[in-house]
Parts: sequence; structure tokens; C-alpha cells
Amino acid sequence: MNLLIANRGEIARRIMRTARRMGIGTIAVYSDADRDALHVREADTAVRIGAAPPRDSYLNIATIIDAAKRAGADTVHPGYGFLAENADFAQAALDAGLTWVGPPPDVIRRMGDKAEAKRIAEEAGVPTIAGGEATAETAKTIGYPLMIKAVAGGGGRGMRLVRAENELTAAFDAARSEAEHAFGNGRLLLERALTGARHIEIQIFADQHGNVLHLGERDCSVQRRHQKLIEESPSPAVDATLREQMGAAAVALAKAVSYVGAGTIEFLLDADRQFYFMEMNTRLQVEHPVTEAIAGIDLVEWQLRVAKGERFTRQQADIRFHGHAVEARLCAEDPARDFLPQAGRIALWQPAEGVRTDHALEPGSEVSPHYDSMVAKVIAHGATRDEACERLARALDSTVALGLATNKAFLAAVLRDEEFATQGATTDFLSRFSAPPAKPDARTLGIAAMLLARNGGYGEWTSWSNNPGRAMQVRFGGDDVALTCERGGYRARALGEDIALDDDDRRVVHVIEPGAVHLARAGQSYSLENTTHAPPARRSAAASDGRLVAPMNGRVVAVNAAAGDTAEAGKTLVVLEAMKMEHALSVPTAARIKAVHVAPGTQVAPGQLLVELEPAS
Amino acid sequence: MPAIDSKIDLNGEAFTRNRDHMLALITQLRALEDRAATKSAATKPLFDRRGQLLPRERVARLLDIGAPWLELCSIAGYGLDTPDLEKSVPGGGMIAGIGYVSGVRCMVVASDSGIDAGAIQHMGREKLLRAQELALRNKLPFVHLVESAGANLLRYRVEGFIHGGAIFHNLAKLSAAGVPVVTVVHGSSTAGGAYMPGLSDYVIMVRGRAKAFLAGPPLLKAATGEIATDEELGGAVMHTHVSGLGEYLAEDDADGVRFAREVIARLNWGAAPTPTAKPPRYDAQELLGIMPPDRKSPVDMRDVIARFADDSDFLDFKPDYGPATVCGHAAVQGFAVGIVTNNGPLDPAGATKATHFIQTCCQAGLPILYLQNTTGYIVGRASEEAGMIKHGSKMIQAVSNANVPQITLMCGASFGAGNYGMCGRAYNPRFLFSWPNAQTAVMGAEQAALTMANVMEAGARRKGQEPDSAQIDALKQKIVDNFESQSGAFVTSARMLDDGIIDPRDTRNVLGLTLSICHEADARTLRPVQFGEARP
Repeated sequence: MNLLIANRGEIARRIMRTARRMGIGTIAVYSDADRDALHVREADTAVRIGAAPPRDSYLNIATIIDAAKRAGADTVHPGYGFLAENADFAQAALDAGLTWVGPPPDVIRRMGDKAEAKRIAEEAGVPTIAGGEATAETAKTIGYPLMIKAVAGGGGRGMRLVRAENELTAAFDAARSEAEHAFGNGRLLLERALTGARHIEIQIFADQHGNVLHLGERDCSVQRRHQKLIEESPSPAVDATLREQMGAAAVALAKAVSYVGAGTIEFLLDADRQFYFMEMNTRLQVEHPVTEAIAGIDLVEWQLRVAKGERFTRQQADIRFHGHAVEARLCAEDPARDFLPQAGRIALWQPAEGVRTDHALEPGSEVSPHYDSMVAKVIAHGATRDEACERLARALDSTVALGLATNKAFLAAVLRDEEFATQGATTDFLSRFSAPPAKPDARTLGIAAMLLARNGGYGEWTSWSNNPGRAMQVRFGGDDVALTCERGGYRARALGEDIALDDDDRRVVHVIEPGAVHLARAGQSYSLENTTHAPPARRSAAASDGRLVAPMNGRVVAVNAAAGDTAEAGKTLVVLEAMKMEHALSVPTAARIKAVHVAPGTQVAPGQLLVELEPAS
Repeated sequence: MPAIDSKIDLNGEAFTRNRDHMLALITQLRALEDRAATKSAATKPLFDRRGQLLPRERVARLLDIGAPWLELCSIAGYGLDTPDLEKSVPGGGMIAGIGYVSGVRCMVVASDSGIDAGAIQHMGREKLLRAQELALRNKLPFVHLVESAGANLLRYRVEGFIHGGAIFHNLAKLSAAGVPVVTVVHGSSTAGGAYMPGLSDYVIMVRGRAKAFLAGPPLLKAATGEIATDEELGGAVMHTHVSGLGEYLAEDDADGVRFAREVIARLNWGAAPTPTAKPPRYDAQELLGIMPPDRKSPVDMRDVIARFADDSDFLDFKPDYGPATVCGHAAVQGFAVGIVTNNGPLDPAGATKATHFIQTCCQAGLPILYLQNTTGYIVGRASEEAGMIKHGSKMIQAVSNANVPQITLMCGASFGAGNYGMCGRAYNPRFLFSWPNAQTAVMGAEQAALTMANVMEAGARRKGQEPDSAQIDALKQKIVDNFESQSGAFVTSARMLDDGIIDPRDTRNVLGLTLSICHEADARTLRPVQFGEARP
């Protein structure tokens, strides 16, 4: 077998790992952004499929099929995301004579249409949530709160929670625009929104001979903006009876569509332990490792065996679960800036010992703005839920990811949260939870200054003066650090504290880049910008006033401004799509628009001038 | 390789006594340095209010983090601003040293405007002149952070005024020699001081604070009746927009220093060499316990060399000829050096040996390090007959005319012509530092007193009188007091007779750094310009 993996990053590597163990040849595909990526270097063969934007590479069906033919692939695994739930891609693979690792194209198509999937579920006797086509009338019938979903949706894109009628129109517009950009299909559905519910999904598996098994549930209730952050199995809210009921419903639904391969049926479980079908994902899930951990099954191996036509040798009763597994999704997102996705270089990366970390990182890896901000998954297994959560939290503490802001400490804080520990989460858990990013304390600032001083390459002269009273001066962000050194012993004065630094402080994991010191202490990651010789704010202030600039890499999807217009405070002038999210950039105070420098489709870099403003007269 | 086998008894009573004595002197040194820093820092509220950085903060921001800083003449002027040693503030109102700016080794001088608003003190001026001289000889770009109230009119001295002109003469010489001068005007730099920016190659002026004019508003009004503000007459905006005296307009002190770094970074000066060598085999801490306070017990200076030379390696030159004078080859932090030092008085054999050795160093282009611990040239009939004067003269000729960098360290005694022959201050070594226990005098105080007593007694007897022993004793005491009050390192350093007092434990770094500076200077080809740079 020669397997082409039509994906990138951690999932491409994860699939390759199993393929290699099974003696299967591996073929990677890559965009220009991934030329030097790990998944490319580790594959037996790698084929370039185009430019960095996904539609030019990882979403380009023709190029990928062509790559498969050229590289001599006989099988295609789509991973998750990108083309994993694209029926046209599955069909194209089959038409090219390739084995498709996944369900037949028509199943993908039917289950991919939310309305159709819901109808099938109803027919199969699976409970569903009241809802219908996205119209004002449907909304009135359902009542509030309600949920808008993209018919073609997935991964939270095109989803909006609407609490009251006056939010409806704006939410429709936003969801439609997001869905159009993400899936090329702006059709929307409405559903009653369940509050205080949990996201419980059942992993099912079907061979090509009509046998369907379920591999238990996963609880994915820890979500922000409908993006899962922490997943676990079993769910603290599901007992054996409920598991059996939900499993049976899932199996019935899979059978109803003659499903093949790995699939996941997502349910909402309300406070009364009633479950409702949400949607089916016709592919391997991001969070499949928690199932693997407790079921002792390699799901990718099963996928490949099923694709080859093998028959299950196990019955449902043979599926046993051991202990508890939890996964956390490490994302390059800045907790200090409302989890804004971060693109850039991971200066230092070191996965934790004793847990499973699925990733495609190495020191110096670039996190591209073109792809998902999830950079790694850390999975811990333990005898009990408490044990697994503690193990995962500690693993996150010791995972080193420096140079780019991540949600690492935030994830660990969730795992240590009292409510999460005792009851588990409901889908609105994160709306009540906050863990502000740690501010560097005096010792952290002192350590960073010392590391900088010791990094100068001065050998025996490092930090030496014949007048040990002299202080060296460093500024990190807005904090000044005065550092003195006498016979190799450092003292730092910062934030009004005077601190003696010791040998432990020298051993802090860190990386020094031009302009910044990144260091890891007590589970927190700090990126301290060296502003010692930064130009004064005053001179640059003149330039930053009256300028709307791009906060990050992205593509302009909408411009609601024209020269000469006046804009009220808060008006959205430019909508930027970056890291698969839309970001509305608005004007802080009422202003007149002097000039517009971008148009829809423009690719912009951080700091790039978008719109020039002047005070509204 | 010939590593020194040093046999000091680290647990002996002498070692402990020596160390305690030395540590007490180091404590005194640090307390004096701290006194100047504290006095300057006391003005912080005022500086804060004006949005200024303290002078030491300016220097700290100017310098590269982690880079070494060789401060110069920290004790300059001690006891000379006021005879009250408890109140005297050393440093001369000036901070000077060699440090790294944007990776370039520079001579840095900053007015300590936290002390008397940076008014020029007599020893501050000497310190500035010395810094300029060191910059020129060692080809170090000169960075000057200026804020000075000018001359203190209450202490006006005509010789200070006249000698002070050398500051500007030196600036012109530096520029012409191809040593760039970068000046940041943080505050007042008026009257004569206005020529400091005027003679600099690059001038940075801090908005709202820099002032450079020949006559300020009061003098102007007195002289011509014209009324103008400080800013109009010589503010940063005027000078960077109208007169052209300033190149860069800085928003504040930090920005001014940042500009200086930017300018230095663009000189294409090249990186300074860094040390790579084996450390000595003996702990530098042990240098504290070698020198006896009373200078009466002999010291084998190889024990000192063993504690700063690379791998304690020392090739003894003619060890058995004139053994009281020790010469030999070593390296400090990778920089090869010839060492001349004293295990006893300079005798004819020692003087000729040292002369020979100095000449071989010149032949090889090897810098020479003098470790002074000498009671002087030997006296007596035998040595006079052996031609001590001739041989001592030869040594002085060699030292005076050596064409290699010479560095002198005052380790203990420096008496009589020994001070000269061992490259004392008057022999213009590139650098001269003192250990805190160093003693310098034309002869020992006791010997001087005894000499005087003998002369007086002989004189009385010639007149047939019985010598008045009480009167002679009083005179002896007076001589002893006068000698001792002038011979200590704190006194000589206060008078700028060295480049600073150093902790013996810092010897290796001080020598390594200064040797590296000499090495870099000798390797560098300057691009002299005939008249210095002139502004538009």
C-alpha cells in the first residue's frame, strides 16, 4: 500500500506513524509554506501542491489527485479539516482509481448537509433539536436563545448563538459571510439553543460489511467560540446506561446511511440527561486520541484496515475501556489579546515527558497564518479522571512552547478549575471561566535581564565591572530592570523589589531572540520584549494616530469605508479573515475617512496601514 | 609548560591578617564609590520631575547589557573638594570608563549632573583630560554625555581656566586622528562648554533640556541688552533646525543615548576581541592575603602572577641572575605579555636584567606589565661601585623609550626611583592601576624621618651643640605624618596619579581588558583627517 496523506501538520504525522508501523509507504503533500515542515521531511515521498493559501494547495482537489498519481499512491487519507468531508474529493479519488479512506462520497454529501443529516437522524429514531431553515419565521417558532449553523459547517465556523431577536439579522449576516468564505456555501439552519448542555459525541466505526461498532463517548464541552479546547473520555456525565443508549442511537444512524469507516456523531446532552443529535462528522476527529487511549485501539489502523476491506473481528461486547483520558489542544493564540491567533516562529519547543503529544513542531518552526492555530495536542491517560487531569495539567506545565503566545497556561488552569474537576464542563463553561495570563513578576524580569546579560558572549568579562556598584539597565515592555553583578552573583531591581538571583534562576528554560527574551517559569511562558533601546513613543505617536492598521497577517474580506465617509465610533471599517476567523476592525472614535488603502482580497501584514482617518468635524 | 608552583599558607596567620587588612581597604573603596552614587541619586526626584534620567542611568542605558565596564578614576578628587574626608564626594563630578556601546569598545564620559548640577571640578577636568588621552592613545571612540553647569565661579582658578582649554584641543585632535567623538547634550553645555558639541563629530541634543550658547540670557542682557530665552538662544530644536550644531533631535535622555548607540553602531568600527583562555590554577580570592600591610615581610610576586596569568603559566627570564628582579613571559586572557616585577630592591644585576628584558619585549612587540612592589634601587658602597646609577639609568631609558604598550599595577611599595624605573605615572604607561594597599613615596616615611634626624644631629654637633632630642623627635613625627598622609593609594588616586584603585581579585579582568584594548588599538588603522570634522 502507498498512502497519500492529503493533509499537513500533526495529523499528517500521526497518520504516517501508523502507516509506517503497518509497512505502508507514505506520501506527503505540501504547500510552499510547509516546504521544510516535519510532515514533509518524515514522509517517504513528498509532493508540492501549490502556494500557501489553502485553496491553492490543501483544498485543491485536482492538484492533490495529480500528486497522488505522480507519486504512485494507491490510497488517500484526508485527515481532518481541509478536504476530509468533501464528497467531490472522495469521488475524484475513487475516479482516479485510488482507495478512499473514509465513507462513500454520497454519505459524506448527505451527512454534510445539516438539514439532510437531521432528517436522516429523525428517520432513524434519533432525537433531534427543534429547528429549520434560517428565516425570521423559524426563529419566531423556535424562540430564543437559538443557534445559527451553516448547513455545510464544521469546526464552529458559521455558528452563532443568538440570545434575542434584535441580534438575529447581524448574526445571520456574520454567519453567512463566514460560511461562504469557509465552505463556499452560505446556507444556514436555525436550532433551539440548549443552555447548560454538554457536548457529547460518540465515536463509531463501520466496516464495509455492514458491521458497526461504537467506541464510547467523548465529552468536548470545554469550548470557546464553538472550538473545542479540552476533550475527555469517558464523560463525567455519562454512565453505562446512557452510553449504551447513545451508542445504540449512533450505531442506528450509521447503519441508516450505510456508513463506512470512522465517524463521529455529535450530541447535545441537556441537564435532564436527554440527548439530541447535532451533526455527524464523516472523518477522523481531532480528539480521537482520547478514545485510542482508553479503548487501546489505533483508530488510523482501523481506518486503513477497513479501507482495505477487512472485516471486524470484534463485537461490541469486546470493546472495553480502561481508565480516563483527557486531551488539550495547544493553540498559538494570545490569551492577553482575547485569544487572537498568532503567526510566527516557535523559538523553542519541547514536548512533555510521560504523555502523548501529537504535533508537528520543532524549535524554529513557523506557525503560518494560513492554517489552523492549533499546533499540538497533549493527551494524558490515567486510572481516574482526577489522575488524568492532573497528569495533563502537569504535562502542560512542563511543555515548552516559547516565542509565540499560546493557550498552554490557560488550558492547565481549566484542568485545575474546581468546577471542571468536580462536575466537568457544560458548553458555556468557558464563558464563566477566566484565567488572566500571568504578568511577569520581579524575579521573572530579573531572570530575563540576567539571561540577556549572560548571553553577550563576553566570556570572563560577562557583566564584570571593577565597580560592582554599577547597574546594567534593561527595559522589558514598560518595566525597567536594574541589574548588578558582583563576582558572578546577580541582583535585580524591578517593580520596586530587590532580588538576589541564584543558580536555579540561571537554569530557567529560555530562548533569546533579537528583541525579546522568552522564558518558561512555573508553567507560565513569558515573552518579554526588550524595549531598552526602543524609540520613544512620542515620536511614533504622531504616526499611529488616525491610522487603522492590520493587527496581524490576514486577508481583507470586506471594506465598509470610502474616502470622505464619516464613521461613528465603533463602526466596522474592515473585516479581516485570518487563521480561519473573521476579525472586525472598527474605528475607536467618530472619524472622517481620509483614505482607504485596501480592498477585499488584499493580503495584509501586521502593522500595515488599512485606512487613514481624521477627526470628524 | 612552566606553571608557577605557589606555596602560600592559606590558613596561616599572616594570610588572614593580610586579607583582613585588604578587605577593609576594599570596603573603604566601595563606600567611597557608593557615596558619590548616592549623592548623585539623591537628586532623582528633581530629575524625575524634569523627565530626565540620572547620569548613571544614562550610562547604564548607553552600555550593552552584559558587557564589561572598566570604570576609571572613581576616587579622583577625594579630599580635594573639601578636606573633610567624611564629607568629601569622590569622582570629580564625572563618570568615566571604558565600556561597550553597540558592540564597540568606547571611552565613555558623563557629567555627574546629580552633583552640583555637573559643575566642572578641578579633578573632574583632569579626569576628562585623562579620558580623552586614553581614547586617543587607545583609539577608542569617545562618547560624551554632557550636562554641566559649567565652571564653579566661586572656585574660579586661573590655572583651571587655562589648562581647561586642553579639553577642546583634545577634541580637535581626536577628530583629526580619526577617533570619532559622539556627544549627547542632555542639559546645559554653555559658554566654554558649548565648544564640546561644537568640536564633536556627532551631536545629539535632547529636546527641551539641551542648552548650548556662548552667553545665556542674563549675560546677554548684561552685555548687549538683547532679551532672549534659553530655548531661542541654544535649545535642541534651534540647534537641530537652525544653527546646525546638532545632528539628531532626541525626545528625552533615553532617546539621546539611543541615538548615540545608533551612531556608534554605524561607524563600522568592528567588534572588540573577547577573552578565551585557560583560567589561572589558583583562586583569585587568594590575592587578598598575599601583600603584608607593613611591607616588611618579603613577597614572591610569582604568587601574584600565578593568580591572574592564564593557566598560572610563567616563563621565568634569567631566574637566577639578579633574582630580586623578576621578569618573564605570561599571558592574560589570551593576550601575551612580558612581566617585570620586584621580589626585592632593584640592584645592578636586576636593573640590567630588566633592561634586557624590556628590549626583548620591544623587539617582539610584546606589551609589558610592571607589577610594582619595590623599596627602590639598592644603596651602598658595593652597589655604587657596581654602577648602580648607570644600570638604573639604562633601565629608565628602556622604560621611557619602549615602543610597546606598558601597563603598570601598583601592588604594594613604590619607593624612590623604583617608581620611575618600574614605569610610574610619569613614564606614561597606557594604563596604571593601584591595589588599595599601594604606597608611593620618594622614600619610606621612617627612612625620611631618620635621614632628617641624622642631618639635624650632625648639624648640631658641627656647631658643637647637643642635639635637642625632643625637637628632633617632633620633627621626625612631622615628617612621618607628612609622608604617610601622601603615600596611600586613596591619596594618590584622588590626585589622578593612577587610573583607579582596583580590588586585587579583579586584577585578571583589569589586565586582560586593558591588554585587549592595547591589542585592538595597535591592530587598528585609523583614518586621520587633516583638520577634524567641521560642521556646516
